[in-house]
Amino acid sequence: MNYEQLVQFVIGDTGESLGKFVPELILCGSILLMLLLRLFDFTRRLLPSWFIALVGVTAAFVYSAPWVFLADGGQISRSEIFTGMLVYDTFTVYFRALLTFATALFIILTRLTGLANRENDSDFYTLVLGATVGMCLMASANHFLIVFLSIEMASIPSYALVGILKSNRKSSEASMKYAVYGAGAAGIMLYGISLLAGISGSAHLPTIAWRLSQGIGADYQLVLVLAALMLLVGMAFKLSAVPFHFWCPDAFEGASAEVNGFLSVVSKAAALALLVRLAVGFSLPPAAEPVMGANEVVMASGDQRANPAAAGLMIAKQQNAPIFATAWAEDSRQGHDPPSVAEVVPVADAPADAGATPTRTFLAYVIAIMAAVTCTFGNLAAYGQTNIKRLLAYSTIAHAGYMMMPIAAGLLMLENNPLGATEAFAALLLYAFLYVFMNLGAFAIVAFVRNAIGSEEIVDYAGLVRSSPGLVFCFAAILFSLIGLPPLAGFLAKLVIFSGLVNAGMFWLLFIAGANTVISLFYYLNVLRVMIFDPEPETREPIHFPMISLRGIYVAVLTAPMVLLIIQWNGLYEWAIAACKNLAGA
Amino acid sequence: MDNPSLWPLTILVFLPAIGSLVLLLLPRENTEIIKRVSLLITVIVFGATVVMALPGISGGPHFSLSADAVSQMQNVFQVNWIPVFDIQYYMGMDGISFPLFVLTAFISMLAMGASWSIKKHVKAYCVLFLILETGMLGVFLALDFFLFFVFWEVMLLPMYFLIGVWGGPRREYAAIKFFLYTMLGGVLMLIAILMLYFNSDLRELSDDQLVAGHVIADAGQAEAWRAGVPSLEKNPDAQQHTFNILALQQLGQHTKQFSGSVFTEGGKSIQWWAFVLLFIGFIIKVPSVPVHTWLPDAHVEAPTPISMILAGILLKMGGYGILRICYPICPEAAYDLAWVVCSVGVLSMVYGAFAALAQNDFKRMVAYSSVSHMGYVVLGLGVWSAVEANGFNADYWKMGVNGAMFQMIAHGISSAGMFFLVGVIYDRVHHRDLNKFGGLFAKMPVYGGIAMVIFFAGLGLPGLCGFIGEVLVVLSTWNFSIILAVLSAFVVILTAAYILWAIQRVYLGPEYKGPHPEALTPLTSREWSIAVPLCIFAIVLGVYPQALFNYMSPSINHTVDELVDWQKHQQPSAIAESVDPPDHDGNVETVTSQGKDTLPEKRSLKEDNEESLQLESFGALPAPLQATEAVRERAPPPEETTVVGDQTERG
Repeated sequence: MNYEQLVQFVIGDTGESLGKFVPELILCGSILLMLLLRLFDFTRRLLPSWFIALVGVTAAFVYSAPWVFLADGGQISRSEIFTGMLVYDTFTVYFRALLTFATALFIILTRLTGLANRENDSDFYTLVLGATVGMCLMASANHFLIVFLSIEMASIPSYALVGILKSNRKSSEASMKYAVYGAGAAGIMLYGISLLAGISGSAHLPTIAWRLSQGIGADYQLVLVLAALMLLVGMAFKLSAVPFHFWCPDAFEGASAEVNGFLSVVSKAAALALLVRLAVGFSLPPAAEPVMGANEVVMASGDQRANPAAAGLMIAKQQNAPIFATAWAEDSRQGHDPPSVAEVVPVADAPADAGATPTRTFLAYVIAIMAAVTCTFGNLAAYGQTNIKRLLAYSTIAHAGYMMMPIAAGLLMLENNPLGATEAFAALLLYAFLYVFMNLGAFAIVAFVRNAIGSEEIVDYAGLVRSSPGLVFCFAAILFSLIGLPPLAGFLAKLVIFSGLVNAGMFWLLFIAGANTVISLFYYLNVLRVMIFDPEPETREPIHFPMISLRGIYVAVLTAPMVLLIIQWNGLYEWAIAACKNLAGA
Repeated sequence: MDNPSLWPLTILVFLPAIGSLVLLLLPRENTEIIKRVSLLITVIVFGATVVMALPGISGGPHFSLSADAVSQMQNVFQVNWIPVFDIQYYMGMDGISFPLFVLTAFISMLAMGASWSIKKHVKAYCVLFLILETGMLGVFLALDFFLFFVFWEVMLLPMYFLIGVWGGPRREYAAIKFFLYTMLGGVLMLIAILMLYFNSDLRELSDDQLVAGHVIADAGQAEAWRAGVPSLEKNPDAQQHTFNILALQQLGQHTKQFSGSVFTEGGKSIQWWAFVLLFIGFIIKVPSVPVHTWLPDAHVEAPTPISMILAGILLKMGGYGILRICYPICPEAAYDLAWVVCSVGVLSMVYGAFAALAQNDFKRMVAYSSVSHMGYVVLGLGVWSAVEANGFNADYWKMGVNGAMFQMIAHGISSAGMFFLVGVIYDRVHHRDLNKFGGLFAKMPVYGGIAMVIFFAGLGLPGLCGFIGEVLVVLSTWNFSIILAVLSAFVVILTAAYILWAIQRVYLGPEYKGPHPEALTPLTSREWSIAVPLCIFAIVLGVYPQALFNYMSPSINHTVDELVDWQKHQQPSAIAESVDPPDHDGNVETVTSQGKDTLPEKRSLKEDNEESLQLESFGALPAPLQATEAVRERAPPPEETTVVGDQTERG
């Protein structure tokens, strides 16, 4: 490929890629518009920032078009855009839609609670949209450069959002903790990335996976394990998974409830998407070496030192590999035999029961153990909490644990049961979707109650049912949903996750998840007990929260799916499965 | 599939829930109207079930007593609900579920009538009560495991609030304890359900078994069905999982799908674990020792009507689940663990009886009597008498299961009555200390009389409903284990002791010693109208048990016969391999082919006669056994089964 070809290719590729990048572009455009309009007073009055942000996010949601593959069963096929930096498939589409949808709900919420006032609203919404762009990139990252950039792009606005209550010392402290912790985690992750890139000679995820599967890293097993663990540190920070969860309760206590809702729902969903991308990317190497156009060729030329055998192999592959030949042959999903795969063996011809890929099993068990510990710790630590935001913070930690479980199950099934793996990942997608309603609803109610009584202590919720039964009903539905009790929608989320675990045969994890469901009962019910059984305290004015009001309708809209989804949720799950079709190659 | 019963049954089950929505629209202050509307809804539901039960009424869904239908699932409807998971909206009734269904409607109606003493937050109470009723009705009709589980758990939420808001002084503790125990059982059950689901494969069933499992309407459709699914030979991986309880029963009895090891290589089989998990889930609800401790607290703290519901209906779901799910789906495990099941039953009986003797709180005493009485149910279900040593004689087992089912209905009536009667005096004198009563007979003679009937029914006095079930269970146990039989017979004495002692302390004696003696007024007409139906049923079922057995026995015997058939073709192979019976790694093909000819071989007339003689020598209890004989004679050959299935569909 000479220089001219390269330029031609890049131009063509970029043009093609931009068409699949419209939602992010819209979000960026909205940010620019907000920043421009704030310059003049009259334009700020004419088009307030929240309005631009909401319209921008809605437009991004519409352009992400999640119904495309819903209608005709996964017409979108996997393609890499921007010379392999991003990947565009149904999974991307699903998460882009989910993230923009949740962000739209969040923007409405901040408007209703009055979190962002006229003075700082363009700052606030700029940060929100900036973080959303970063999260959308996380969900479609295909290159470690993008992995790192998108994580930072999502994190840095989040630090500022946590500290958005400028006059509040606690908020500033929380922001500081979050930022310091985040910087540390990012550093470690970057180090892990550099190790991986150094060994494999590439930062392109499929290329790394393919080269590893060809035995390139065979001499560096320990370094590879270290790199994987370091990557997981970064992921665990974003997921608030144990043992990198310490920032979460503090940050949540200091930040406003609305921002907590955003962080726990949108940020977490993006982190899970990225975890799936990385885990599946490593576990499911492409059949042939992906040739990534210019970007990759340049890198490959400086790469000859890594492993002569592998380099020769690479050349052999390049001869018959067209540009973007990402032929994901079905039966390529079996392992590389550790050290000695130096000879050129067409991967597809290897015996099907060559044993599980060590990478895959390793990742699956690390994630599974992390999930089990996270879930159990989150639920146990939630017991002692007296502040509702801290309690919900631990609850989100626990739920991060639940949501990591199907990833482990899916990884284990990738090889022998691609359909089961698809269903397991779909379980995560369904969970993430339902979690938007559950947690955003919970934090919305906390925010509304805070506005009414100025307190976020659980004891101050006493007897809430006397004066605002509608609100308590909604909160009860949401909390029971978080427990996972039928007939509420949270049960469906638990059901699909549990079935993924059974299908993968991970019974030990299943029993831990089941036990966690039971122990989580206590602290959620404690909130309800205070609200419903306890008498109203003398010192507090009765709260009137009319359901026939914008706030009431907002809460009701978030609660309605919790109650009604049991009637028919087939389409939702089919949609999630369709979104995972490209992932496991089923 | 044509589903004539779809809308009638759906409306019947969901009528209370719809009613609760109507209640939400009524003004909060007008408590009288709210209570009346709620009562009206429960009366309508009960009326509808009675109409279904009455023979000779045609049109609409009804419970047919005709010979070819009575032992089968009736009024079945199936609608695809969640195709991704093969979940169906699938209900039906047979002689096991229908009496419990009627009992649910009956006790709910009476409990609603007893709810007039509720003064606090009446609207919320009635709404929760009606949601609870929908959950209970649904559990007994659901034939899809997912649907069953949803209904099962739906009851938790209203129950938690009904105990926690309207209960006694320690209500919060009792409510959370109840919630926690049941939730634990629910989670274990969910794990077992998923375990069975993911190991099921409908394609291994023969055509007849597919019909019996209500996968297809008749054998003629089998070909079309098989064409629609990936065939077993071509694609063994594309399994056809199912949540269909009847199909799972067929799979459990006729294939080896649930016999593979799970967790570890060569460890216990899937069905062993599924049975254990389900059994724990169900005995928490029953409740049996050692997972009974939620019950005394919940009963004591719950308001009277909720205690009636708890004792009258909720406890029965455990027994129902064991009979409908545990045994038919996991026969191998059930056979292996028969001893455990029976021991749990006897332990509950003995422990419950001793604990009841030690109580000073009237309601707690009744609560422990429930533990003891429900022990009979578990024992009766567990008696697995069909072993090769006695020529697969299942009559004792049938007797035990019939007794257990009868005991469930009888206990539903007597325990609900006892809780109601305790509630009546608690409403008047506001204490339940057994030692501070006395002389109530003199002050409230009518109430005393009713109490005698109900308490003696609970005691198991011949002529009242409690007797039949207990004696059938105890008799059947003799053949299983003499020690357990002796122990369970011994419990009858303990039962007499605590009930008689309670009667003596409360009703007899010269004078009332406790507080508020002036409040001891005669029964109001509303209380009358609740107590009298209970008394009538207690007497009628005691004198003419056949009325109930006509509905129940054919289905029960059918279920037991199927298990005996399983046992028959299981046992010879076990003997043949003789080393480790029963085998876990048998060839699927063989078993399936064996499964095709599983119909009961007619036994020689001589054998039958000998048995009936044997059984009649036990005396006054041929009732269920007559039915047994009748069904055995009718036991249809395979072709006829098909026809029966077909008719059921249409009926």
